[in-house]
Amino acid sequence: MSDAEDRGPGGARPVLTVRDLSVQVATDAGAKTVLDGLSFDLIAGETLALAGESGSGKSMTALAIMGLLPKPMARVSGGTIRLGDTDLTALSERGYRQIRSARVAMIFQEPMTSLNPLMTVQRQLCEVLLEHRVCSRRQAPKRALRLLQDVRLTEPERRLSQYPHELSGGMRQRVMIAMALACDPEILIADEPTTALDVTVQAEILDLIRTLQAEHGTAVLMITHDMGVVAEMADRVVVLREGRQEEAAPVRDLFAAPKTDYARTLLAAVPRLGTAPDRPVHPEAQKIVEVDDLSVRFDIAGGLLNRTVARVHAVEGVSFHIRERETLALVGESGCGKSTIGKALLGLVPWDGSIRIGGVQTRGRSRAAMRPVLRDIQMVFQDPGASLDARMSVGEQVVEPMRVHGLASGSELGDRAEWLFRRVGLSPDMLSRYPHEFSGGQRQRVCIARALSLSPRVIIADESVSALDVSVQAQVLDLLQELQEQDGLSYLFISHDMAVIEQVADRVVVMRLGQVMEDGTRDAVLRDPQHPYTKRLLAAVPVPDPTRTRAPLPDTAGIEEASPIFPVGSAPARVELRQMSPGHRVAH
Amino acid sequence: MSVAADPATRPRRSGAREVLRQLMRRPRAAFGMIVIAAMVFAAVFAPWIMPADPFAQSFDGLDLMGGPLPPGGDYPMGTDLLGRDLASRLILGTRTSLIIGVLANGIAVLLGAGVGITAGYFGGWTAAILMRFTDLMMAFPALLLAIVLAAIFQPSLLIVALVIAMVNWVQMSRVIYTETRSLAEREFIQVQRSIGSGPIRILFKHLLPHLLSSIIVFGTLGISTTVLLEATLSYLGVGVQPPMPSWGNIIFENQTYFSTAPWLVFFPGVLIVLLALAFNLVGDALRDILDPTLKGRH
Repeated sequence: MSDAEDRGPGGARPVLTVRDLSVQVATDAGAKTVLDGLSFDLIAGETLALAGESGSGKSMTALAIMGLLPKPMARVSGGTIRLGDTDLTALSERGYRQIRSARVAMIFQEPMTSLNPLMTVQRQLCEVLLEHRVCSRRQAPKRALRLLQDVRLTEPERRLSQYPHELSGGMRQRVMIAMALACDPEILIADEPTTALDVTVQAEILDLIRTLQAEHGTAVLMITHDMGVVAEMADRVVVLREGRQEEAAPVRDLFAAPKTDYARTLLAAVPRLGTAPDRPVHPEAQKIVEVDDLSVRFDIAGGLLNRTVARVHAVEGVSFHIRERETLALVGESGCGKSTIGKALLGLVPWDGSIRIGGVQTRGRSRAAMRPVLRDIQMVFQDPGASLDARMSVGEQVVEPMRVHGLASGSELGDRAEWLFRRVGLSPDMLSRYPHEFSGGQRQRVCIARALSLSPRVIIADESVSALDVSVQAQVLDLLQELQEQDGLSYLFISHDMAVIEQVADRVVVMRLGQVMEDGTRDAVLRDPQHPYTKRLLAAVPVPDPTRTRAPLPDTAGIEEASPIFPVGSAPARVELRQMSPGHRVAH
Repeated sequence: MSVAADPATRPRRSGAREVLRQLMRRPRAAFGMIVIAAMVFAAVFAPWIMPADPFAQSFDGLDLMGGPLPPGGDYPMGTDLLGRDLASRLILGTRTSLIIGVLANGIAVLLGAGVGITAGYFGGWTAAILMRFTDLMMAFPALLLAIVLAAIFQPSLLIVALVIAMVNWVQMSRVIYTETRSLAEREFIQVQRSIGSGPIRILFKHLLPHLLSSIIVFGTLGISTTVLLEATLSYLGVGVQPPMPSWGNIIFENQTYFSTAPWLVFFPGVLIVLLALAFNLVGDALRDILDPTLKGRH
């Protein structure tokens, strides 16, 4: 295999050599090969990206290298993994313990679940240091502090005595990186290290990994589905698909001239900020959703008598409207209140202010009185797997809303279900299947069919494409677009992904800590951002182009420290929006 | 794509008949079904299949020292202290034990699951009142409660079953309560609320199927506890009244003679274990059959 003989810069000796690696998983139907003849070299000091969509076997590769394949379900069925002179596939569990952390370390996607919630940061760091006898018990706390300073954690002394839940997602990932680097390993495997993080935090973590790599000369194996991250981080890329190597190339070559069809389609599907076509112009239509001064607050009970001691001001004085045939995007980082607004529109959380849907005020309506309103507004949730009932066939679920609203019965239901399935591009033969028999993209189509079954005028899409692979994401976005053109639907599109928003939105509302920072037409907000927060969000988006380097993040110190929780009696200061130009308002 | 096997070869709808067919296809579940069927048969046709009169005390049934006879000869399972035929008493006892086991446990399951689901889904005041009541019931020593209840009402099979149900439903309701609470937060339930489904629909159509496995596991585990609790009550004189036999009271009457006449404890003990095992095996299989994500696996 010629790709395997690829040499890094200067033909340096590889630290890790993988040859013809195959992994099999036991299934009901016998052994299934999930990784088939993978070969690559990892050279000291370089970053190699394993890129691919879900099911491509990229995480399996990482687990195989770490000797962490779930036994006895999965096993290495062929090939070798050589670390220096050691063949890792022949190593016993005991032998592996000497390797892990000390020579090969790994950081995972979800830093919260990878850290022990019952141990302080210091204890977890010291544990790694002592296990591998990096230093004596007396020196360990000092070493731990140095590690935290290394990963540029703010207030490292205080962090040592904190528990994981007291840290933000970005801080936790920094602690994970500190633990991974505790023994100065030769190889760092990063399995989707920033997927669970906000874009600005992602940018910081990627910067950190790059800096540390330069300082320590560590070889990084970066596993990711995000071609933006690949372009930004990798020196070389191996593209995987269904367990096979599709293409291996230096990053610039891959992006400039992909050789295989798959790599080409994969790259073409990546939404690129600044390339979205113009949105179709429609005459100013009627307002279908009007939200005025919306606030949502959640009580936090505490103390001896379980009284309300503080409130989370999830949404604070937000106003916006959506016209017919219009897509309004709500953008912001996690915890900014964007999903809460969607739930308030459906009456799923208690709220204050005014919401009119199709001209009908929904304030103070009981759940039963809300029912007719819900025929006009429906929601598609983020995770199609979680939002479908695993114990009911998809056909039943698609017509469930019509049953609830008494809109159809008997054979009419079956006809409607078939029609809905065709509309979302699924075969009616699949109606009697259960959700687990579908792929992620198909499940999201089922959810869209269900939302459409009441013929609503507005659909709230809450991160509806975030959990999907890029190629599937593009197809689902096309479907939403098509439905909008045919039915004159309006969307409230809730997302954290700026590039996706640029594709679909007519107007954009940028939120932070429950308040609007900036709103206006898509072009005004995304191409001429005025608020520093919007600028920071946009600057943090990884550019899927290795020839362009992302500008450093504008420094907005203190932004991470703010919290939407206030004691009873006090409220956050309301920001005022100032008109910059017609239809473009900015907080000041 | 994760689509398994050919959909056409698999049955889609699982009616009662289909469930039965699936049960009989699994060896362990089939064994359980056969045991249960045999016991039901014994209970229903007890008068016709008993080898002797279960109430007749006879000197023939005792040895020279006046002790019970071991299995063999005229008495296939030996005799008890009063010279009564053990096999006949066990067959007649099947009636009592099966009725208690199924009825008492059934009531406990319905009550426990009902209270648990209601409290778990509605939360707030509903949950506070229901769950504090559950705590109160839990705080009472089960036996004391049973004795008081049995003393107030004239002991009969139905009353004993009710008393046992009263004592047993609390654990079930606790487990179902916690599980419902976590399920109610799940996204697919949120979706139902966003569609406008009413609480009854959500409870029965969407929550109940997900709770079935816990209900089945607890329900089948409860069978053996129930049978033994009935025995305890009989021992204290507030259960099934002698000379009416039940497996439990046969064990309790004879446990002090375990070293000299072990068969008196051994045979009823085996039957209780068999009953519990049979229900557990069927319950396990039922749980898998009713879960569509496990279709086609064993």
